[in-house]
Amino acid sequence: MSDQTPVPPIVVSRPAVWLAWITESPAMAAGSAILMLVIGMAILAPLISPQDPYDLLSLSLFDTKLPPGSQSYDGSTSYLLGTDGQGRDILSGILYGLRISLIVGFGSALIAGAIGTIVGIVAAYFGGWVEALIMRLVDLQLSFPAILVALMLLAFLGKGVGNVVLALVIVEWAGYARTARSAALVELGKDYLTAAKVSLLPVRRIIFVHLLPNCLPPLIVLLTIQVARAISLEATLSFLGVGVKATEPSLGMLIASGFSYILSGTYWITLFPGIALVVTVVAVNLIGDHLRVALNPKLRA
Amino acid sequence: MTQAVILRILQSIGVILVMTVIVFIGLHAIGNPVDVLIPSDADQIERARAVEALGLDKPLWQQYFYFLQGILHGDLGRSFVSGEPALELIMKRLPATLELAISAVVLALLIGVPLGLMAGIYPKSLASRLSVGLSVLGFSVPAFWIAIMMIIVFAVNLGWLPSSGRGDTVRVLGVEWSFLTLDGLRHLLLPALSLSIYKMSLVFRLVRAGAIEISRAEYIRFARAKGLGRRRIVMVHVLKNILIPVITIVGLELGGTIAFAVVTETIFAWPGTGSLIIKSISVLDRPVIVAYLIVIALLFVTINLLTDLAYLILDPRIREKMA
Repeated sequence: MSDQTPVPPIVVSRPAVWLAWITESPAMAAGSAILMLVIGMAILAPLISPQDPYDLLSLSLFDTKLPPGSQSYDGSTSYLLGTDGQGRDILSGILYGLRISLIVGFGSALIAGAIGTIVGIVAAYFGGWVEALIMRLVDLQLSFPAILVALMLLAFLGKGVGNVVLALVIVEWAGYARTARSAALVELGKDYLTAAKVSLLPVRRIIFVHLLPNCLPPLIVLLTIQVARAISLEATLSFLGVGVKATEPSLGMLIASGFSYILSGTYWITLFPGIALVVTVVAVNLIGDHLRVALNPKLRA
Repeated sequence: MTQAVILRILQSIGVILVMTVIVFIGLHAIGNPVDVLIPSDADQIERARAVEALGLDKPLWQQYFYFLQGILHGDLGRSFVSGEPALELIMKRLPATLELAISAVVLALLIGVPLGLMAGIYPKSLASRLSVGLSVLGFSVPAFWIAIMMIIVFAVNLGWLPSSGRGDTVRVLGVEWSFLTLDGLRHLLLPALSLSIYKMSLVFRLVRAGAIEISRAEYIRFARAKGLGRRRIVMVHVLKNILIPVITIVGLELGGTIAFAVVTETIFAWPGTGSLIIKSISVLDRPVIVAYLIVIALLFVTINLLTDLAYLILDPRIREKMA
């Protein structure tokens, strides 16, 4: 790490600058547009979905496993993407499922990011045994795959949105801590921080006002990648039956509920929620890929 | 060098000890270990006897030593469900999991390395751009969904390949293997392929990035100026320098692949440790869960150790630093 590495300025002024920055790369533009659309659909789910999938009274036994485009038994609604084994409209299920998937994905990534970042910066700032202890813990955590640790935690904690978020935070904080520490170490070697230290500013002020903002670029990239990973991990855990409860169906849960029917050719129960999941994750990853390049001048050549 | 190796081995033993402490605390922190270790239908006298036999009336540190002793003797309790020793149950299914994981890693290398080289050497070609795009998908699409799509396409619609079980196996060295029979290979292909997509994208990206970087290096230009054939430059000079990071990643990812096999095994009803652990979790068969954790932790630490040692042998720069 040379001292000359310039910290890229984060553009936070006019909307026009933002727009120019987003449309700079087609992948970034597409990713942002899709993500906005997905988030919008999830927020508006109660308004735009044809059916309330939580309202058991609206389900009809005559409408189970209807293929895409079918009419309901009484002709009142049409099921654009078909219905599942309990007669639930797949499209409505996806819209509501997206809410849970997005809450778990963004929620766990943000909480893990906040905890991991602070821990990593504290480790870098204080050094010594604090740093050694924290970093050994990080090494231990990172040497075991996320899926396995999350699986075991949930086996003991039990199902539920809160527990899934907790398990994801536990498996994800270490990545942020490692990144934050190495970014903070680079900054700590610079003159402005020495100046801040010798002017006897309070430690809290140095860490939050001077150190933290300058460590953010790599952490923002990591955050984006982790959101995608968390959404995908939550879906996997729910698919395995240790994630969210059946009463709060996320996309992974919907995919799992359709899995038992695929051998009979009833593909749509699994296929459409899966497409929604993949589109969401790909959109977030496209944004992450662009940020990685945009926030790192070395890759911009 | 010898000193570095011994230090690294000691470190691994330390990690294993920490793991046993975590598992032990996990067992005690969550629920009463009496409920965890003794079947719930036992009556009061049986419970008292079992508490004494398991040493649960002893102080905690002493209990931890009993737990360690059990691990060293290969005694991790019996499954609540089948009554078989938990460790034996895991070991019996481990070869199936290893077979699946190793096949996936081999597939990832066989496809990822050549594609990565091509994309690195001819970055502008259509095939290269296509591979780059596909690798983004390979990173993003959750493995379990790829597996389901493969079943829908290849097993249900086309009917080419089976979607569950191991098929015919052959007994070699006292263990059943699928990859030695045609039927077994047919059963192995879909699970292994779906498990390998993520690794394949990873290997592809690493090799591509490495090839782009190394093609610009001085010694490659020198080799070209010397008049060496393109084939020799790529196969010997470029490839050799790319393989060091690739081997590290593959070693580290082998552990991840074994862990992720939990998902693939469940979908394809592959009779390995992964599908066993999912069943054990759903019925809270804790001795089996604990045995699985211990075996997997041992396996990971061993893999990490071997990867580090391989690195030490392959990269002269690190070897010199260690010496």
